[in-house]
Amino acid sequence: MTQFPATAAEPGQNRTGEDRTLVLNMGPQHPSTHGVLRLVLEIDGETIVRLKPEIGFLHTGIEKTCEAKFYQQVVPLTDRIDYLCPLTNNLAYCLAVEKLLGLEIPPKAQWMRVLMNELTRINSHLVWLGTHAMDLGAMTVFLYCFREREDVLRFFEMVSGQRMMTSYFRIGGLALEPPLGFFEKVKKFADRFPGNVDEYEGLLTGNPIFMMRTKGIARLSAEDAIALGAGGPTLRGSGVDIDLRRDAPYTGYENFKFKVPVRTEGDVFARYLCRVEELRESIGMVQQALAGMPEGPIKADAPKVVLPDREKMKTQMEALIYHFKIVTEGFAVPAGEVYQAIESPRGEMGYYIVSDGTAKPYRVHMRGPSFANLQALAKMCEGGLIADVVAAIGSIDIVLGDVDR
Amino acid sequence: MPLDPPITDIEVLKPHPALARLLEWNVSVVQAAKFDRDELTIWIEKEAIREVCAILRDSADCPFNYLCDLTCVDWYPSEPRFEVVYHLLSIPHKERVRLKARVDGSSPAIESVTSVWPSANFYEREVFDLFGVRFTGHPNLERIMMPDDWEGHPLRKDYPVEGYR
Repeated sequence: MTQFPATAAEPGQNRTGEDRTLVLNMGPQHPSTHGVLRLVLEIDGETIVRLKPEIGFLHTGIEKTCEAKFYQQVVPLTDRIDYLCPLTNNLAYCLAVEKLLGLEIPPKAQWMRVLMNELTRINSHLVWLGTHAMDLGAMTVFLYCFREREDVLRFFEMVSGQRMMTSYFRIGGLALEPPLGFFEKVKKFADRFPGNVDEYEGLLTGNPIFMMRTKGIARLSAEDAIALGAGGPTLRGSGVDIDLRRDAPYTGYENFKFKVPVRTEGDVFARYLCRVEELRESIGMVQQALAGMPEGPIKADAPKVVLPDREKMKTQMEALIYHFKIVTEGFAVPAGEVYQAIESPRGEMGYYIVSDGTAKPYRVHMRGPSFANLQALAKMCEGGLIADVVAAIGSIDIVLGDVDR
Repeated sequence: MPLDPPITDIEVLKPHPALARLLEWNVSVVQAAKFDRDELTIWIEKEAIREVCAILRDSADCPFNYLCDLTCVDWYPSEPRFEVVYHLLSIPHKERVRLKARVDGSSPAIESVTSVWPSANFYEREVFDLFGVRFTGHPNLERIMMPDDWEGHPLRKDYPVEGYR
């Protein structure tokens, strides 16, 4: 029989000197991990001693697939990486290829890109807000958010025919002209939406239960956030003032006025406030884009790269030849490499493309913001409680398609 | 917007803060530099990569304090086969630079930069998993995307797109 030692137990050990921590699996099938994320938690009672994310369950080898496709065939693949903001991925990829080609994009296409990109941000933040609040027990917000998200998805359907996998941005411009009545409908939505944000805030921002679940939880200092590579609202919630739309403007963002919300608390509540504020800024940019939408073509004047209009293809021989050549053998891209980073709803979305001068990319690498943000999760959770892991996962807003690619 | 020809003359590129800092620290670590499509690439001696990253991170004039991305390109069948690519960002100055280190294909290995940026942890595991490049000094170098018992490294150019049958 074991004799109990006379001294008191060390922390982390029981009185017989054994390890008293327990390893608990959270996921991959867990509703609060927002996908197939597996967390291996080492717990001491209710306290997290160590947290280890296990990923790769959704790995589809998109980067490898890209190497076997023509440049224009990669666009639909990019939709499927981060399925909550497909247009952001389309944009990052198209901008990277356009940079490789040295293509100039007409103003209307640029403004449409900003408009659709900000609608995508709203769409993504609404899904985040609804699911995050539901994780913390506020069911109603979810229904409100998905009501407005439905409107945004209808806009996507209007321009591209698809609700989620839009592929609306193409190399050299847009796929189609926006249909008649589109701008009026968006305008109506944009006028109404700030009131909807007030509704969400009325349910959450001053709510004592929500504040108890989020304030001071899963703190991340600015130094740690930078060292761990966090991005977007996770970084700005920790007091680092960076937004690529303002600091490295692309696709005409320099023409728009907006504020970059930054909070210094570095907790779940700070990230929540940053994102809700971004909803308001985004709808402001949608208003600006609607007010200043220029007229003109929606595709670059580059017949070897951009598919001709249907009408031209059926009536002009050159257009038919170009169409045939682009579809059957793609278009050659001058050798070189680019890294194009844009501000996705989750942080820096970067595309690194290496071209060897042929019609297929030599290497495509996606720098997923969720992949980077996930590394910060362990730092946030260790020393906290199990129940707060759910709040922390919600607050970094990961999409597992983006993590695993 | 026609493309400008790339600039490869180090003397011309000297004013860029990253290159200036490296030349000031140790001229021999810089193999080559290229400015193409508004992006600066610096080829670094493989042995010095960790020190170079630490020097750039702690640079007083323009600290490149954020590791955006770390990945790899396979140039099979030419040698040195792999290029490990680092994208750095200076958050205070909004400057970017790309570092590259060439790694040969026979037993690919390079020093880990996890001690400089903890964020390199996942990226290096990903490169190890998909390219088979080893990172010496990495705290936990194991597969991250593929199952632990997977054979081969899928993003290598000699790995078939449809996998081995």
